[in-house]
Amino acid sequence: MTLTERLREKISQAFYSHGLLCASYPVPIVLFTGLCILACCYPLLKLPLPGTGPVEFATPVKDYAPPPADPDHRPGEPSERPEWYVGAPVAYIQQIFVKTSVSPWHKNLLAVDVFRSPLARAFQLVEEIRNHVLRDSSGTRSLEEVCLQVTDLLPGLRKLRNLLPEHGCLLLSPGNFWQNDRERFHADPDIIGTIHQHEPKTLQTSATLKDLLFGVPGKYSGVSLYRKRRMVSYTITLVFQRYHAKFLGSLRARLMLLHPSPNCSLRAESLVHVHFKEEIGIAELIPLVTTYIILFAYIYFSTRKIDMVKSKWGLALAAVVTVLSSLLMSVGLCTLFGLTPTLNGGEIFPYLVVVIGFENVLVLTKSVVSTPVDLEVKLRIAQGLSSESWSIMKNMATELGIILIGYFTLVPAIQEFCLFAVVGLVSDFFLQMLFFTTVLSIDIRRMELADLNKRLPPEACLPPAKPVGRPARYERQLAARPSTPHTITLQPSSFRNLRLPKRLRVVYFLARTRLAQRLIMAGTVVWIGILVYTDPAGLRTYLAAQVTEQSPLGEGPLASMPVPSGVLPASHPDPAFSIFPPDAPRLPENQTLPGQQPEPVGPGESIQDGPVPEVTWGPEDEELWRELSFRHWPTLFSYYNVTLAKRYISLLPVIPVTLRLNPREALEGRHPQDGRSAWSPRGPAPPGLREAAGPLGPGGAPVPGDVTLYKVPAWAPSADGSIWSLELQGGLFVVGRSSGRLEVWDAIEGELCCSSEVSSSGITALVFLDKRVVAARLNGSLDFFSLETQALFSPLQFRGTPGRGSSPSSLQSGSDTVACRLTHTVPCAHQKPITALKAAAGRLVTGSQDHTLRVFRLEDSCCLFTLQGHSGAITSVYVDQTMVLASGGQDGAICLWDMLTGSRVSHMFAHRGDVTSLTCTASCVISSGLDDLISIWDRSTGIKLYSIQQDLGCGASLGVISDNLLVTGGQGCVSFWDLNYGDLLQTVYLGKNSEAQPARQILVLDNAAIVCNFGSELSLVYVPSVLEKLD
Amino acid sequence: NPAPRGPRASGGHHDLVQRSLVLFSVGVVLALVLNLLQIQRNVTLFPDEVIATIFSSAWWVPPCCGTAAAVVGLLYPCIDSHLGEPHKFKREWASVMRCIAVFVGINHASAKLDFANNVQLSLTLAALSLGLWWTFDRSRSGLGLGITIAFLATLITQFLVYNGVYQYTSPDFLYIRSWLPCIFFSGGVTVGNIGRQLAMGVPEKPHSD
Repeated sequence: MTLTERLREKISQAFYSHGLLCASYPVPIVLFTGLCILACCYPLLKLPLPGTGPVEFATPVKDYAPPPADPDHRPGEPSERPEWYVGAPVAYIQQIFVKTSVSPWHKNLLAVDVFRSPLARAFQLVEEIRNHVLRDSSGTRSLEEVCLQVTDLLPGLRKLRNLLPEHGCLLLSPGNFWQNDRERFHADPDIIGTIHQHEPKTLQTSATLKDLLFGVPGKYSGVSLYRKRRMVSYTITLVFQRYHAKFLGSLRARLMLLHPSPNCSLRAESLVHVHFKEEIGIAELIPLVTTYIILFAYIYFSTRKIDMVKSKWGLALAAVVTVLSSLLMSVGLCTLFGLTPTLNGGEIFPYLVVVIGFENVLVLTKSVVSTPVDLEVKLRIAQGLSSESWSIMKNMATELGIILIGYFTLVPAIQEFCLFAVVGLVSDFFLQMLFFTTVLSIDIRRMELADLNKRLPPEACLPPAKPVGRPARYERQLAARPSTPHTITLQPSSFRNLRLPKRLRVVYFLARTRLAQRLIMAGTVVWIGILVYTDPAGLRTYLAAQVTEQSPLGEGPLASMPVPSGVLPASHPDPAFSIFPPDAPRLPENQTLPGQQPEPVGPGESIQDGPVPEVTWGPEDEELWRELSFRHWPTLFSYYNVTLAKRYISLLPVIPVTLRLNPREALEGRHPQDGRSAWSPRGPAPPGLREAAGPLGPGGAPVPGDVTLYKVPAWAPSADGSIWSLELQGGLFVVGRSSGRLEVWDAIEGELCCSSEVSSSGITALVFLDKRVVAARLNGSLDFFSLETQALFSPLQFRGTPGRGSSPSSLQSGSDTVACRLTHTVPCAHQKPITALKAAAGRLVTGSQDHTLRVFRLEDSCCLFTLQGHSGAITSVYVDQTMVLASGGQDGAICLWDMLTGSRVSHMFAHRGDVTSLTCTASCVISSGLDDLISIWDRSTGIKLYSIQQDLGCGASLGVISDNLLVTGGQGCVSFWDLNYGDLLQTVYLGKNSEAQPARQILVLDNAAIVCNFGSELSLVYVPSVLEKLD
Repeated sequence: NPAPRGPRASGGHHDLVQRSLVLFSVGVVLALVLNLLQIQRNVTLFPDEVIATIFSSAWWVPPCCGTAAAVVGLLYPCIDSHLGEPHKFKREWASVMRCIAVFVGINHASAKLDFANNVQLSLTLAALSLGLWWTFDRSRSGLGLGITIAFLATLITQFLVYNGVYQYTSPDFLYIRSWLPCIFFSGGVTVGNIGRQLAMGVPEKPHSD
C-alpha cells in the first residue's frame, strides 16, 4: 500500500505543478495545443472523406489482365493491391473524348453554329465505332461481341426510354438525345432545349442525363450560346463487358488515325479502377441515426452537469472540442504511422466518443469549482487537479485495460477500433491536461473578474431604463440555487455594458442599418434571378432567340462558290462533276497539302471575329471523368438495375478525338430556324463564276475538232443561284443550281428548254440517264424527274456516231417539246449532303457525307439497300452494268459491294487521305487518292496489284480507255499505261508552256478520244494508234 | 427501498404507469433498430411477406420487446428495493446513455463484424456484455437478474424457432445463434439501468427523447 500511496502522492504533485503551469500561462498553452492538434490532423488531408466516396486504384495498361477472382491471401506478404481488387470488374468504360471546334471562325456565324455541326459529328463517330471490326488471325470481332449488353431500363424510368440504349451495347453519346437519329437532330430547331429538357430545375448533385450522355461536366461541354471559347467537347462512352486488348487497341488506333489530334500529349498509360462503397440505405441509416441520437443525448446529459462556472456553454463546447479533436488526432496519428482506416468512420465514431467519454472532463470541472473561492485562480486549478489526479489516472488505466482486452479478441475490426480508441484516449488525456484545464482556468479567472464587478455599486452601471423582465429572472436565479455557496449571481446587463462595448456597438450598428436583412434581400433577388435565368422555358431561351435573330447572315459571307474561276473542279473525271459547296469531305487532310488554296473568302468575311480556339490536349484531359459527379457511374448502372456497391469498374484511358470543322460545314449543318438565309441566293455571283459557267457546258460536250464555246446569255443573271452541278447527254444538258432550280438546256441552240423548281435546297449532284434526271439536294433529298420529249433520243445512236453524232435532228429540240416532270421524291435519302451520285443498270447509287451509300431503284425510287462500311464521307462511287458497285471514302478505304444483295464484297484500305476518284475495268479497280498514288486492285480478290506515283496535285485525274489502257493526267501531259503490266506506254505533252499546269480532269469519250482539262484549255487527244496496237 | 419513494407515494401509481410507458417505448425503438441491423446481414429470417413491410420485421416483435423491456425495467428497481441495497453506482443519465450506446455497439458488432468462427464471436460478445455490466452496473442483483433474463429469453426464442415462427441463419446453439444469450444479458442490464434511473425520479427529470 505504501507503494500505491507514494505513487498517488507523486501523481498528485505532478498534477498540482501542472495545474499551476496551465493557469499561469494560459494563452501560450492553448496556442501550443492548437498547433499540436493541427499537426496531428494534417495527415487527415490525404484520407478520402468518410462516406460512400469511391476509391481508386491504378494499374498500367501494359500487360493488364483482370485480377483473379480468388486471390491467394498470403498473410505475411503485404500487397499493394487493395482488397476489393479481385475478380473482373463490373464493366470497362472507354470514353472517347471529342473536342471539336469550328475554325476559322467568322463573325457571321451564329452562336448556334458553335455546337450544332460539332454535335452532328457525334452521329458519324458513333457509327464509326459501331462499325469497327477487328480482324486478325483469330477471326473477326465486332463491338457487339465485347461490349456490355444491357437489357431493359428500370420500369420507373419510362421517360428515359428513348434516350438510353436498351437491349444492346451500352454506348452513350450526345446523339442519344435524338435517339441516335441524324434526321431528328437536323430537324431539331432547339438543340439546347432538347439537351436541357431533362435537367432538374433545382440544384442537384447527382449525375443528370446531360452529364451521362455528354460524359463531361456541364461546364466543359461548351454547348452554350454564351461561351467565349468556341470549343465543344463531349465524350462517347462505351461500356465493355470484357477486356479485349486487341480490339481496344485497334479501336484506339483507328479513331486516332481517322481523327488525329496533333498536339495531343496524353499518355494513356494506366487503367483506373474505381471501387464504390456500399450505399447507405434507409435500413442502415436508421441504426446510424439512432446511435447519433444516443450520442447527442450522452453529450447533452454530460455537459449539463457542468455547473458553477462563468460560461456553461463555453466549457461544454471546450469539452466537446476536446473529445472530437482527440479523435481526429487519433485517426491522424494512426494514418501517419501507416494504418489506413478501413472501418466506416461514420459508424464507429459515436462508439469511439462514448468509449473515450466526458467523465474526466466533468470530474475535473467539478473538483476545480469545489475548491475554496477565495483562493488564487492558479492555486484553485492546481488543487482541483491534484485532488482528482488519482481517480483520473485510475479511470484511464481501467479503460486502457478494457481496450487492451478487446485488442486480444484478434478480430481485425475490433483490433482497429481498439487501436483508434487507445490512441484517442491518450490524446484525449493530453488535451484534457493542456487544453481543457487551461480553458477552465481562463473561465475561473473571468468569474473572479465578474466577482469584482459585482462588488461595484450596481446602480452605477445600470442602464437608465431597466427592462421589466429583469428582476423576475434575477429572482428565479436566486430561487434556483438558494443553498449553493459558490453560486455567483450577477447582473448580466451591467456586466456586459462594462465589458463589451465594442461588440455591442457593432451589434447596434448592424441593427440600425438592418444590414443583415438587406443582404438577405439582395441574396434572394439574385437567387430568383438565377432561377428565372436558368429556367428552360424562361428568359434564357428568349435571349437565345434574340441572339439568333440579330445575327446578320444575309450579307452572304459564303456567297461565293469555292470554285476557282476558269477551271473545272479538280479530281472529277466524269462529266457529271458535281460541285459541293462545302469541300467537307477532305477537310483535315486537305489543309496539310502544300499548294492548297486557303479557304476562299468573300470580300466581307476576311475579318475573323475573335481568336480561333485551338484544340489542345493537356494532362487535365486525361482524367476528365474525375470532374464528374462520383455518382455518375453508379447512376448510369443503376438505370439498368446493376449496382456498383462494393464492386468496381475499370476506366480505360481516354481516346482523344479532334474534329476541326470549317465554317462551311457549320453552316451546312444548320437548321432552317438557326439562320434562314444561309443558302439562299444572295445577289449576283462574283464575276469569275459567270465566266466559269461558260466553258463548263461545252467542256464535256463530245465536240471533236474545234471547241465551240457557247456563252449562254441566260446564265449571266445568276439570281437563280450559282451552278453546282451539270450533267449532259445528247444535245441536252441539265443544270442544278444552288437555289434548287433544275434547268434543262439545249446544248446546240443554247436555249433553256424547261426548268423545275421543286425545292429550295441546292442541287449538289445530278444524274442524267436516258430520260431520267435525278437530282441530289443539299438537304439530302433526292428528286427523280423524267424528261418528256415527243421523240425519244437514243443515246446508243448518239454514242455510236463519231463526230457530230448528236445531230439536232435526232432530237426534237424546241422548248415546247421537252418538259421535265417530277416523278418521285425521296425526302431524306441521306442525313447529310449527297456527295456522289451514279446510276447504271436501273439502279441509282448515292454516296453521302454520312458515311453511307444507298441503292435506289431508278424507276420507282425505292430504296433497296443502305450500305454501311465506310468510316468517312463517301467521295466517289463507281457502278456499272454488272451490278458491281465500288465506293471510295474520305477514310481512304475502298469498298466493293454486290448491288444485288447489298453485301460488301471486299474492303481495302487504299490511300492515306481521301479517295479522290475511282473507276473500274472488267478485271481491276483503279483508284486515286489524295496521296497522289494511283492504285490498281484486283477486282475479285481485292488485292493491290501495283500503284503508280503521280506528280503532286495531279493524281486525281484518270480515265480508262479500254480494259487494258489507262490514261492519267500529269504536269502538262497525259500518260498512257498498260493496265496489265503497269508499264508506261506513252506520254503526250499537251502544250509548250504548260509545264506548270496539271491536267486536272480527263474525260474519255467513246471514240477513243480524250478531253483533258488543263489550265484554262481543253485538249482533245485521239489515241487510234494505241487502240490498234492493243487490238 | 421506501426512502426515495416515500415523498412520491401519492403519485406512485401514476409514476409506475409513466415509467412502464417510457420503458415500453424504449424497448420498441431498440427492437426496431436492432432488428434492422440484424436483417441487413440476413441473420434473422422472417417470412417473405413480413420483409416487405415497412419495418422489415414481424409486427409482434416490437410489442413483445417493449413489454419485456417494461417488465425488466420495473423489476430491477423493485428487486433493488427488496434486497435493500439501492443502486448507487454512476446514477446519472449520461451514464445511462453511454450504456445504451455500448449496447447498440455490441449489437452492431454482432451483426456487422466478420468473425473467424462462432465461438470467437460468442466469446467476444460475452466479454463485452460482462464489461458492460462491470462498467455500468457492478451490482450482484443486476448480474443475477441479467443472467436469469438471458436464460429465460433464450429458452423462449428456442421455443419460438422450434415452432417455426421464425428462424436464424446458420444456427449453432440448438436452433439459435450462440451469441443470443449475451445480447439478452446486456439488453437486460441496459434496460435495468434505464429502469433504475427512471425509478430514482431525479428532481430534474428529462423529457424523454
